[in-house]
Amino acid sequence: MAPGFKETIVGKSVLRKEGPEKVLGQSRYIDDIEMPEMWHGATVRTRIAHGRVKSITFPSHIPWDEFVVVTAADIPFENYIAHILKDHPCLVDKEIRHPEEPVVLLAHPDKQRLRAAVDAVEIEYEKLTGVFTIEDSERMDPVIWGADNTFKSYLMEKGDVDSVWADAAYIIEGEYRTGAQEQLYIENNGVIAEFSETDGVTVWGSMQCPYYVHHAMMDLFHLPEDKVRIVQVETGGAFGGKEDYPSVLSAHAALLARKAKRPIKMVYDRMEDLAATTKRHPSRTRHKTAVSKDGKLLGGEIEFAIDGGAYATLSAVVLSRGTIHAPGPYFWPAIRVKAKAMATNCPPHGAFRGFGAPQSIFALERHMDHIAKVVGLTPEELRRRNFIKTGQTTATGQTLQDKIDMNEILDQALTEADYHAKRKQFAKENPASAVKRGMGFACFFHGAGFTGSGERYLASIVGLEATAEGKLRVLVSSTEFGQGTNTILSQVAAEALRVEYDDVIVQRPDTNKVPNSGPTVASRTAMVVGKLVHSAALGMIKTLTESGLLREGYTREEFLAACAAHLQKHGALKVLSQYEAPPNIFWDDQTYRGDAYPAYAWAVYVAEAAVDTTTYFSEVKNFVAVQEVGRVLNPVLAKGQIEGGVAQGIGYAIYEKVIWKDGVMANNQMTNYIMATSADVPQIHVHFVEAPFEYGAYGAKGIGELPMDGPAPAILNAIEEATGIAFNECPLMPEDVFEAMTKTAHTEEQPVVTEPAFTGVGPR
Amino acid sequence: MAISFVVNGEKKTVDVPPMSRLLDVLRDDLHLTGTKEGCGEGECGSCSVLMNGELVNSCLVPALQAEGATICTIEGMSKNGEMSPIQKKFLECGAAQCGICTPGMVLAAHHLLQKYPSPTMEQIREGLAGNLCRCTGYQRIFEAVAECGKEQSELIATSGAK
Amino acid sequence: MRSNVSEYEMIAPRTLDAVLQTMAAKPGEYLPVAGGTEVMVMLGVGKLAAKKLVSLGAVKELRFIAERADTVTIGSGTTFTDIRKSALIAKEFPLLAQAAGWTGSIANQNRATLGGNMVNASPAADSPPALLAYGAEVEIVSARGARTLPYSEFHKGYKKTALAADELLRSITLPRRFAGYFQRSRKVGTRNAQAISKVAMAFVAKKDGDVVTEIAIGGASLREMPIRCAATERALLGKMLDAATIAAARVALAGEIAPIDDIRSTGKYRVQVIGNILEDFLKELAGS
Repeated sequence: MAPGFKETIVGKSVLRKEGPEKVLGQSRYIDDIEMPEMWHGATVRTRIAHGRVKSITFPSHIPWDEFVVVTAADIPFENYIAHILKDHPCLVDKEIRHPEEPVVLLAHPDKQRLRAAVDAVEIEYEKLTGVFTIEDSERMDPVIWGADNTFKSYLMEKGDVDSVWADAAYIIEGEYRTGAQEQLYIENNGVIAEFSETDGVTVWGSMQCPYYVHHAMMDLFHLPEDKVRIVQVETGGAFGGKEDYPSVLSAHAALLARKAKRPIKMVYDRMEDLAATTKRHPSRTRHKTAVSKDGKLLGGEIEFAIDGGAYATLSAVVLSRGTIHAPGPYFWPAIRVKAKAMATNCPPHGAFRGFGAPQSIFALERHMDHIAKVVGLTPEELRRRNFIKTGQTTATGQTLQDKIDMNEILDQALTEADYHAKRKQFAKENPASAVKRGMGFACFFHGAGFTGSGERYLASIVGLEATAEGKLRVLVSSTEFGQGTNTILSQVAAEALRVEYDDVIVQRPDTNKVPNSGPTVASRTAMVVGKLVHSAALGMIKTLTESGLLREGYTREEFLAACAAHLQKHGALKVLSQYEAPPNIFWDDQTYRGDAYPAYAWAVYVAEAAVDTTTYFSEVKNFVAVQEVGRVLNPVLAKGQIEGGVAQGIGYAIYEKVIWKDGVMANNQMTNYIMATSADVPQIHVHFVEAPFEYGAYGAKGIGELPMDGPAPAILNAIEEATGIAFNECPLMPEDVFEAMTKTAHTEEQPVVTEPAFTGVGPR
Repeated sequence: MAISFVVNGEKKTVDVPPMSRLLDVLRDDLHLTGTKEGCGEGECGSCSVLMNGELVNSCLVPALQAEGATICTIEGMSKNGEMSPIQKKFLECGAAQCGICTPGMVLAAHHLLQKYPSPTMEQIREGLAGNLCRCTGYQRIFEAVAECGKEQSELIATSGAK
Repeated sequence: MRSNVSEYEMIAPRTLDAVLQTMAAKPGEYLPVAGGTEVMVMLGVGKLAAKKLVSLGAVKELRFIAERADTVTIGSGTTFTDIRKSALIAKEFPLLAQAAGWTGSIANQNRATLGGNMVNASPAADSPPALLAYGAEVEIVSARGARTLPYSEFHKGYKKTALAADELLRSITLPRRFAGYFQRSRKVGTRNAQAISKVAMAFVAKKDGDVVTEIAIGGASLREMPIRCAATERALLGKMLDAATIAAARVALAGEIAPIDDIRSTGKYRVQVIGNILEDFLKELAGS
């Protein structure tokens, strides 16, 4: 940065880049796009969870010659969708592993005619016993995947865990569970695909990761890179739900397009999207913790298991993030985390904001409150005695470089929430009140960017070019689906180039036009991709300076003139920048040791909850979210990210329940899968603590996933304070509160305290 | 069946089955794709339009029941690409993220502000409860609508003082 | 969209008479549609069995709120927004105004009608408990003539009503005699707005000292249809409002309801919560 130069664009709430089109209703989403000769596609699915297809019949009352029909026999090469493994078939041939497996694809010019045809196809089955829970899967009766129903397992160890139990004043156990959660983007999954023998496959669609789809299409059709073109169109929400599934839908549409020799649009309706596409992995976490008499964590054992559904998809990486986040923002002298992703006969579970971390953090932060109760400390004091500090080592052995003081964040959060006064007030008022109120909080961290060596493997590339129209165009495959990608990358480019925000435009992600800047996941866009945009900008300045077109201390007008001059002379001005890992960052995939993430975001969330003892209905009355996310690039967008994540977290805690019946989502309508309305979400108070991170764009770390981690445990901690009942599963529905409150004998099911419980002397 | 109504100030006649959803008529026949489908069962409000000045879910209106009606969609909220004050506030306050609920939300906000020029937070929460937003947690939307209300009431106050 | 709309016919007569003639010509052939908020959902999910529909949307004579000396009559085509806007209903029938505000969203309230809500006959519908508690009377018309019926005799079973195939609900009449009554209602839904009820109760009562002299209770989601809780009323009428009476009323209520387990809740929960709500109302009445 030039001396004396002041940042003017980064840190400002500039207007959302594509915002005007959005508020005017002019943005074109996939279902808004028509193409000449286009037909519509639909999917015939299995209706049993586990078994084999015996026969498929096409009854004669449907004029099948009007339709294009695709089955597994039409797949030109191998029948799989490329994710991490190749176990996920594109269309079921014989083996059925979940109730929403696609078997037949149909296309017709009139979309109204498709439904009757879909319903008419008769599939005869041989039924087999299904596996629907983690416990079913562990029993291996039957084995439905691999040798032992396990997609992936990890062992993460630090210190000598086996030696901690003998000296512990308390050994405290608990079991915690979380349910599936639907991403519930308001725009359903949809794509349009075209296939030509000469040009290959083109897909336009609602998606997060164009290059994931690109890879899947190359594999499915054995096409070279340049014969597959993927274009992301305006995307109406994703939250992880459009990370891997668009590869499936694109494969289906492309197979139909290939046979129909015309473009095919496939847009799911809400019922199909809810039933057939991915959701957050259900989980079970078991904690066993050794604690000293003064409330210090001596060591712990955590067993973390997630339900991956029928195919491996992204479960291994979801499990990885959940594993690394399981110990939370605390210092553990010794810890062992055993983690596994299990197969069941449910539709595959997938990415959803937080990606495994909300599950394991829910368990830990409920467990910390439980420990506090046993040890006789307040939830606050227990955490203060155990926060990890700069220079200490994490569970993966990473020496923490972040300048972090969790005590300060906790102080601020509790003050903003008026925690102490309200806690006192509620304790006094609750006995005489039908509505019980309580305060709860959760402390947590979230790693920014891909886990471990992920970013090294990705080796992302971004481009920046000058256009003939006098604009600077950012070239990335990073997608905008509401988070603000276009805006913050433009801010970074404008700031680095020292031009105006309006001088920068962002190329719509199109694999023919943009390099692979990696998937839009893992809270990596601002930190990693933003940094690459920054270095590309510096590269452009250097190019222009070295060619003598630009002086030091240039003005915006001089810069734009230099670009124009360069274009005139050379025809193009385009700079690429590729990822380089920050120095001293190492990760060992084999031992699961090292620097899990280059940086972490840190947070304390406080919830005020009220439980009505007439209706057993819980509500969140107030919410405070304080976080350290490095540099905030755009305060309004950043607040929006946190508020939106908190609202989803509130849903995860007390509203959003997927009701399973033998692997089928029984409540697959918006009327019956309940998300919070404007009448249900409390005021959400968002505060940022800024500690710029050297290797992120202008100091930015990740922000997108963080707010999903804290609400559920904070809310259930508040509900425990309100009711005195420890609920250890989310979502917590009124029916669950009713069951617990009306249980005649007060039996503490779990968590249990085992030997040598209470043998130590309490610290107070 | 020929069905006529006025959309965004223009008289339109379409030839559609009488039970066609108004949503599909607007999107497919009139190419007004600003109106979105989120759920198809009147739950999410993405397809909200104004019919005779009242907010309705266009996925639940049979075309025949729109015969003779005056309809306003998101395309009718702006004039020559100029944003309305509500649209401006949505943009400034960060009330639009992914944008898919935005057209319906803007119409619901418009309807609310017609009913209550200076709405309380309770009125805002109730008035928008039929429009689901998965991105924002509603806070930026509340702010946008509240600020519109504030400006409207200031406007009313100053014009009243004249 | 899971139906093919080209398979459906709809007509939209402008007069009630024309509607009744259509329904008389081939009873049961045409399904009347008011605001469409239920029928169109069924169409969307591919479950609308009736292929011929007669729209009531253009029949203006069904949309009114008429005030008489002793009664208020509401046309079946009156929307929930109309009801919420009525100062008369807000003042004299607050439980109905409250129920109108519970129904769906603002957009739904602008379209959905009181008559549609009643004829659709969902056990979870929002308006029936209040109408039952107020002792509403309904007027049913057909080409054959008109008849009136206490609303408590209108629902005949799960989604079954007293309407014959050629009959239409024309209006709902409420007696204007509840000034000074203790009136409460409560809905427990899946969330604060736009929710389908898990249980709901409307409660209208009068007492003399500590003795209950008049009582009417309507409930939703308690049985296969909206019900008036007659046994509970009997357990309370003429009784002192003490702990024993309240306990007996809870027992009576539990005995006359049969809520189900479904994807929205459990029967056990519903029994407990409706009992809690009744108890809350009774305690409040006792203290009033």
